[in-house]
Amino acid sequence: MSADANKMFTETPLVRRKYRQEAIAKWVFCAMSAAMIVPLLLILSYLIQRAWPSLSLSFIIDIPVRGMKEGGIWPAFIGTVYLVFISLAVSAPIGILAAIYLNEYAKDNWFNRIINLAVINLAGVPSIVHALFGLGAFVYAARFGYSILSASLTLAIMTLPVIIASTRESLASVPRSFREACWNVGATRWQTIKAVVLPNSISGILTGVILQVSRAAGETAPIMFTGAVFFKAVQKGDLFPYHLNDQCMALSMHLYTISTQVPGVKESIPFATAVVLLGLVLAVNAAAIALRVWLRNRKKW
Amino acid sequence: MPAPAPQKPAGLSFAVREATRPLWAVFGERTLTVLIYLCGISAIIFVLSIFIFVFKEAAPILLSSKFKLSQFLFSTEWYPTSEVNVRYGVLAMIVGTFTVTGVAMVIAVPFGIGAAIYISEFCGPKVKETLKIVIELLAAIPSVVWGFIGLTVMSRLIVQYTGAPVGVNILNGGIILALMSVPIIVSIGEDALKAVPDSYREAGIALGATKWQLIWRVLLPAAKNGLLAAVLLGVGRGVGETMAVLMATGHAVHIPNSILDSVRTLTANIAAELGEAPAGSDHYRVLFLTGVLLFTLTFLVNLAADVVIRGIKKK
Amino acid sequence: MTADKHIEVQDLRLAYGTKEVIHGITFDIYRNEIFGVIGPAQSAKTSLLRCLNRTIDFSAEATVSGTINVDGEDVRKVKDLYGLRRKIGMVAPLPVGLPISIYDNVAFAPRCAGMTKKSELDSIVEQCLHQSALWDEVKDRLDSLGTKLSGGQQQRLTIARALSHQPEILCLDEFSIAIDPVTTMRIEDVLKELRKDMTIVLVTNLTQQARRLADRTMFLWNGEIIELDKNDVIFGEKPKDKRTYDYVMGIFG
Repeated sequence: MSADANKMFTETPLVRRKYRQEAIAKWVFCAMSAAMIVPLLLILSYLIQRAWPSLSLSFIIDIPVRGMKEGGIWPAFIGTVYLVFISLAVSAPIGILAAIYLNEYAKDNWFNRIINLAVINLAGVPSIVHALFGLGAFVYAARFGYSILSASLTLAIMTLPVIIASTRESLASVPRSFREACWNVGATRWQTIKAVVLPNSISGILTGVILQVSRAAGETAPIMFTGAVFFKAVQKGDLFPYHLNDQCMALSMHLYTISTQVPGVKESIPFATAVVLLGLVLAVNAAAIALRVWLRNRKKW
Repeated sequence: MPAPAPQKPAGLSFAVREATRPLWAVFGERTLTVLIYLCGISAIIFVLSIFIFVFKEAAPILLSSKFKLSQFLFSTEWYPTSEVNVRYGVLAMIVGTFTVTGVAMVIAVPFGIGAAIYISEFCGPKVKETLKIVIELLAAIPSVVWGFIGLTVMSRLIVQYTGAPVGVNILNGGIILALMSVPIIVSIGEDALKAVPDSYREAGIALGATKWQLIWRVLLPAAKNGLLAAVLLGVGRGVGETMAVLMATGHAVHIPNSILDSVRTLTANIAAELGEAPAGSDHYRVLFLTGVLLFTLTFLVNLAADVVIRGIKKK
Repeated sequence: MTADKHIEVQDLRLAYGTKEVIHGITFDIYRNEIFGVIGPAQSAKTSLLRCLNRTIDFSAEATVSGTINVDGEDVRKVKDLYGLRRKIGMVAPLPVGLPISIYDNVAFAPRCAGMTKKSELDSIVEQCLHQSALWDEVKDRLDSLGTKLSGGQQQRLTIARALSHQPEILCLDEFSIAIDPVTTMRIEDVLKELRKDMTIVLVTNLTQQARRLADRTMFLWNGEIIELDKNDVIFGEKPKDKRTYDYVMGIFG
């Protein structure tokens, strides 16, 4: 009897073929995933290899010399830091409050559906169009001229929709039952938000904002025509070289400039600039991802 | 055994009924609420402003007698700085944009969807987590760095392996753009596959299907709306990309004959020439008009993707 | 028992979009009575309570007509909406512990009302936790998170929260759904004590619970009052409507 039962589950050629097909499918798709990652790793290692002669701490702190053919990238580095801070100082509060409006106050009517549509489309605007807007609105119409202010505001408009979207997601992850319990005891909307919703979504909101740091640091087109320049004389290691109405250098712009506009640059310098920019961006993003993973393990409900 | 009766406290105070909030708290909350409402409509204001300002700078040229919209859209002759015969035809750039994006999609879509299938259907949780993080980091790489990679690494590879005279061309831009668009295709594609109910998978397995048959015949058709949206968003990204294509596709303004030709995209054209066009000049205004064209194109593509995604959510 | 009307409902109609769920009901609730509301699911019992404390306002598609008077004042025209919500304590079916400390859970409503003195808040927290039969179990860990309590404890925490703003009317919406019989019994004892200080509206699926606790009971079905009378009539041999008898006897439910 058990011999017959065994016969029911032995492998027939059909079953063996199926397993093989499945294994093939699995490896094909695995290969497709790897096909994106492996070239990337190869490219990154090539970049680092080429950048090696110039990579050092002094590279970041030194200023460029001899028409930017040699030296370091300090003005560009500090310029990027300024741009990121100022643009996020503008877009984070507005974005967070806008998301609070959309998730906590807005009723589901045509007006708010338009706002939603607006946020989605704002996210899809090409960076060069942001540059055109910044030029037309901040440099000319608002008379801020070519300045850190114009460039930062342009970057702020760029990062705004993503901050709105990620904040909304964090707010929405707080269950509605908590809010209803608060309303039932006579709390106003804001008291509810302050006591229950915000404290439990602040971590997600923070992660969203940090991720935009890397975006603001990496964009070139929006700042190219609104305030970032080719060259600016700055003291080595100076932490406060720029005023709001000054023009500035920026890492992204600098990379573009020395790889396309300046002939005769020492070969490792553009590579080193790219590596510094890339390192900055990836480090910030990795920190945000680590924050997100750590916070996920500390859920309060 | 009955539970012990609860203790009765000595006298309830009625303080809560008399309590009132301090005036500054009430006033502060009202102000904050107004601020919140203002920020809410700010998103609309900014999108409208973008369109308004870009159009405002472009509009005068449309009314000028020297300019013809049909010539703008359908002529390949782009001579904005000519002294005798100024011509503003962007057709070559339109073709440039779409060929580079097309090449990018041909590469990115199969690999992206393949990776999405792998992540969603095959790999274990640890690998999944790692892959998703890697893809997120891939998406964070700035476009100017991609452009730099195209200019240096990819250019040398292309010259070496295809014998092309110049390494910056459609192929270069296409590969770079593909690497840039893959993360968004993978992420949205994976969402689309995750949204297919498990009951479909269980039914397929119960009928004896292999994983491959399951994917090809059941999951992909079921997820096709989401996958379409993923591709559309990838296209939107490609059409709007500026720095990477500026550095990787070369500067030739002509309709390409082969994938190894240099081209200029709409975005690169604006970026390359905006710095030299004097403010308020015709050249300046035509560049802004190109911006309007770009804005419209990406708006339509994103709208289409949004409609497709909303169509899924309704189901 | 005085026949002093605490709540008067006149021709109340409620519709979600185009679908009417409460079809013009009229009834009164007297001060300090325990008023039972029974009926099968989907009879709009919960919606009725939400109309009372105006949390119905948070449902965008809901339209309300008719009047609800509390102490003679129409709830929809009241000047201090949050004061109204504090006058009415609401206990929802599913237990909800807010993700803040137990102390903060109970102190939340008084703080929202404007109380800040620690000594006053301390005494309110202690009194309300005593009254909801939770004090003994949590007095050593008032700092721990409200969400980490068991279901029965969270429901008692919800009751403590509802009491913390000294309501004149306490509404309980199927409060015993998610808790065990022993805890239910304890809370029922608490309710019998509380009626001295407030009017209690008890919405329940368990007809026997209404029989035990209420003075008068209303049988609500599909948004209409089938019968409203003293308990000995509703749960007796000859209620005025046959459907009441069928429902109480469990012939349908």
